[in-house]
Amino acid sequence: MSLVAYFDAASSEPLHPQAREALLAAIDVGWADPARLYGQARRARLLLEQARTEVAEALGARPDEVSFTSSGTQAVHLGVLGTLHGRRRVGRHLVTTAVEHSSVLHAGGVHERDGGTVETVGVDLTGRVDLDRFAEAVARPGTALACLQTANHEVGTLQPVAEAAAACRANGVPLLVDAAQTAGRMPVPSGWSVLAASAHKWGGPAGVGVLVVRKGTRFRSFLPEDERERRRVPGFENVPGIVAAAAALRAMAAEASQEQARLAELVGKIRETVPKIVPDVEVIGDPDERAPHIVTFSCLYVEGEALLTELDKAGFAVSSGSSCTASTLRPSHVLEAMGVLTHGNVRVSLPRGASAVEVDRFLAALPEVVRRIRQDAGVA
Amino acid sequence: MTEVTQPALTIDALGKKCPIPIIMLAAQINHVPLNAVVAVLADDPAAYTDVPAWCRLKSHRHVGSYELPEGGWAIHVRRNY
Repeated sequence: MSLVAYFDAASSEPLHPQAREALLAAIDVGWADPARLYGQARRARLLLEQARTEVAEALGARPDEVSFTSSGTQAVHLGVLGTLHGRRRVGRHLVTTAVEHSSVLHAGGVHERDGGTVETVGVDLTGRVDLDRFAEAVARPGTALACLQTANHEVGTLQPVAEAAAACRANGVPLLVDAAQTAGRMPVPSGWSVLAASAHKWGGPAGVGVLVVRKGTRFRSFLPEDERERRRVPGFENVPGIVAAAAALRAMAAEASQEQARLAELVGKIRETVPKIVPDVEVIGDPDERAPHIVTFSCLYVEGEALLTELDKAGFAVSSGSSCTASTLRPSHVLEAMGVLTHGNVRVSLPRGASAVEVDRFLAALPEVVRRIRQDAGVA
Repeated sequence: MTEVTQPALTIDALGKKCPIPIIMLAAQINHVPLNAVVAVLADDPAAYTDVPAWCRLKSHRHVGSYELPEGGWAIHVRRNY
């Protein structure tokens, strides 16, 4: 079996060992219905509420503000549409940015089809939202909700969440923050009213998302009534998954300051080295204000899919925003909004424990892979 | 209103997927005199972003992108050097 360097943590972080341990233990003891009134149920409820307290603490929230969902995408869908529904008497205007995760944009699409309005604020060449335009947009009367990610999932650029939150606060507009890329890696910026995150991106298992709704934020689920999770999320809780998610978040956050600084250095090395060893390449995203684990670059004259296939053969698992890879006809909406090359795109995102040796091996292999693809395409 | 400069060369990349339109442009930009305009006809949505991005990286000038009646764009690039 060949050794593969896994560099796609932004898609999914491998399960943290402590999450695995917690998952196996909780599968045995946390299977009962936490809403019932007997011993096994009490035990499941205890595990669930303990996990809720831990997740709340890590995200800077109160336990009763935290609800568990079945994914980060579901947390965003419920958060966006539930807040809009709760504030429909205030207005039906939604403000978002051109580089949000597709779950935010698609929730906005549902809102629009339902008669609401959506304003999408643009970004600069690094992918950072135009803060002045964002502030103008949330000041518009009838704005029910604004959405902003902590960091962009494709290029790693950090968004000015604190400043955006101040603009929202000044206008009495709640801000939904999509913290999927940074939860567990960086402290959550303050000032949000609703927060969404995804456990498998911080080393928890798949099937667990987090929706946090601050006390005092109007929220009303748009789905059929269900008593679970403070009426915010329908369906039976995945208690073992939630327990494991909390264990992973606690472990990731505890190591974050050291480990994420180490990953940021490796990312810095890739950012600096790639343009020196590969001709006609552009490293994109903000060089300084960025998530610690993500680096993205685009190679001119190279098809994204060919690049991923060749890198896979060479033992590297990476991702790309280039259109052909996603089996969609459109290029990445993030790269398009930034105005950077949409072809030949590679996103390297380092998981916990990624080694300098693996990064060096990647940097040693990349120039020849790109050169070969260009040669096959007839580029001198 | 400025007149649209007549292109000295038109590259037909209709039906071709990125990065092929960019590869064709890079291969032929030097076939026109300095300051002349090359028009790239393309209908891959990626080209709409990628041709201007190529201009920025290669220090040529993206003059404008004009919609074609049959779909796609004529993307005009001025040779700078």
